[in-house]
Amino acid sequence: MKVSYYPGCTLKTRAKNLEDSALAAFKALGIEYQELDRWNCCGAVFSLADDDLIHMVAPVRDLVRAKQLGAGTMVTLCSMCYNTLARANELMKHEEVKRKTINDFMNEEPDYFGEVEVVHFLSYLKNQIGWGALKSKVQSPLGGLKIAPYYGCTLLRPKDVAIDHPDSPTLFREFVETLGGEVIEFPSSTVCCGSYQALGNPEAALKVSFDILSDAVSRGADALVLTCPLCDYNLGRRQDDMLRKYEGAKDVPVLYFTQLLAIALGLSQEVCRFELNRSSTARLLKSRNLLAGVKA
Amino acid sequence: MSTDAQEVTAGVEAKLIPIYVMGKRYDVPDSLTIMKAIEYAGYKYIRGCGCRGGVCGACATVFRKPGDYKIYTGLACQTVVEPEMYLTQIPFYPANRAVYDFGSLTGRPEEIFALYPELFRCVACNACTKVCPMDVEVLDYISAVKRGDIEAAARISFDCIQCGLCASRCFAEMPQYHIGQLARRLWGAYLTPKAEHLKTMVANIQAGRFSDGLSGLKAMSQDTLKKTYQDREMEPATGGEDWTPKDRQYL
Ligand code: FES
Repeated sequence: MKVSYYPGCTLKTRAKNLEDSALAAFKALGIEYQELDRWNCCGAVFSLADDDLIHMVAPVRDLVRAKQLGAGTMVTLCSMCYNTLARANELMKHEEVKRKTINDFMNEEPDYFGEVEVVHFLSYLKNQIGWGALKSKVQSPLGGLKIAPYYGCTLLRPKDVAIDHPDSPTLFREFVETLGGEVIEFPSSTVCCGSYQALGNPEAALKVSFDILSDAVSRGADALVLTCPLCDYNLGRRQDDMLRKYEGAKDVPVLYFTQLLAIALGLSQEVCRFELNRSSTARLLKSRNLLAGVKA
Repeated sequence: MSTDAQEVTAGVEAKLIPIYVMGKRYDVPDSLTIMKAIEYAGYKYIRGCGCRGGVCGACATVFRKPGDYKIYTGLACQTVVEPEMYLTQIPFYPANRAVYDFGSLTGRPEEIFALYPELFRCVACNACTKVCPMDVEVLDYISAVKRGDIEAAARISFDCIQCGLCASRCFAEMPQYHIGQLARRLWGAYLTPKAEHLKTMVANIQAGRFSDGLSGLKAMSQDTLKKTYQDREMEPATGGEDWTPKDRQYL
């Protein structure tokens, strides 16, 4: 089952920990993949203006590249890229007039009709690998580590691209349980992290992110697991600002779902790149002997 | 003018075709390059012409053909005229080159991001690639820079001759060709492995290893110098990797 793989810009720079752990997991799970040989930024945010078609050109061009590779499925890791690409794909599938405008504008590329399926890796794990098969590959189960799975917005909204039920998703829970972790359910798991407000209104973003983390911690989470470099920026990196600003703020380990997967699959610690996470993350995992089973 | 043309091309069957230079019609021989045709039409270049060999980027030209909405481009010194083409040369297009102290850079992608933040305005419209007369995949190298892959950016932009047409068409108002140049500089200076043997060679030169040989050459009479040159031992075309000359005193 060969798939094409769309990485996304941040995964090649600041979020190498998301990509490297995922690629190692692809291998361990026998997923044959090919990174798109040419790709551009996915567009980063799906434009909500109805007639803003120029911002569809970037994601559609990536979809055209996937089609040119001949792969029916294109897997993404970053949920933001997933959202932008999947929504552009929906538009190209269903909105005839806009599709024609975009295809006419991109006259140097073959016409595109939404032939490629955009799939987030979490869905791929459930639907193509299967939880049973994944479980059989787990080498170091997470030993009851209390994990709060954080979906954020882009995996669940809008509902035509949601990877699960938008209001009561269970996919992430199933994933963590398959790896042997204990799931901490918390109401904020689908609340927005503040997203790009980190630029325009950093204080407001900080507050919502702090509330999300506090919610998870108050329910006993050891760590938060997520799927998006921007969420990681707000909920991970910006904890330094929270620790300064909010009394009683705690340092919460935050990691990508692919890092959790790599640990459970017993993959080399090197591919997890924990140096790019908060230092509390590796500390926590070490204290639970979860890095011990990992092949050095 | 057509009488002149017949005189110039006496004996050669030159078919005249109409072209429009900045909107004005001229009948020019159909075998000329745009540059020659412009000169044939009576213009004299003081800008917009450099190497006449397709490498300096001075002569970028934009043209259209009748009944076709597309924009075409070419280097005036390389592109042959076509009947009814409307053209203009764009010898220069304003594009700000960021000021940097190259010695203080280290080759990190963030350095390019800081110098050219407009990179992130790119919407992947691909107008840059479409307009490039060198067929450089401009969007691809800009995309490579955005994801921090300076090596890919340097390689993809390698054929760029800095004509500036990409910048003229950019929806995001970027100076692509300056960004590509910075990527190539960073890659060359900081990211490719250093040639270790070069250090040894420089040290040898500084230590005077070749001084005698050079002064010997300098002291030769012209005839001896010529003879020495003609008699020199040359590496045979079939010489393999391990070929060495008989005289090994300077190796
Ligand atoms: S004159 Fe140098 S490229 Fe045409």
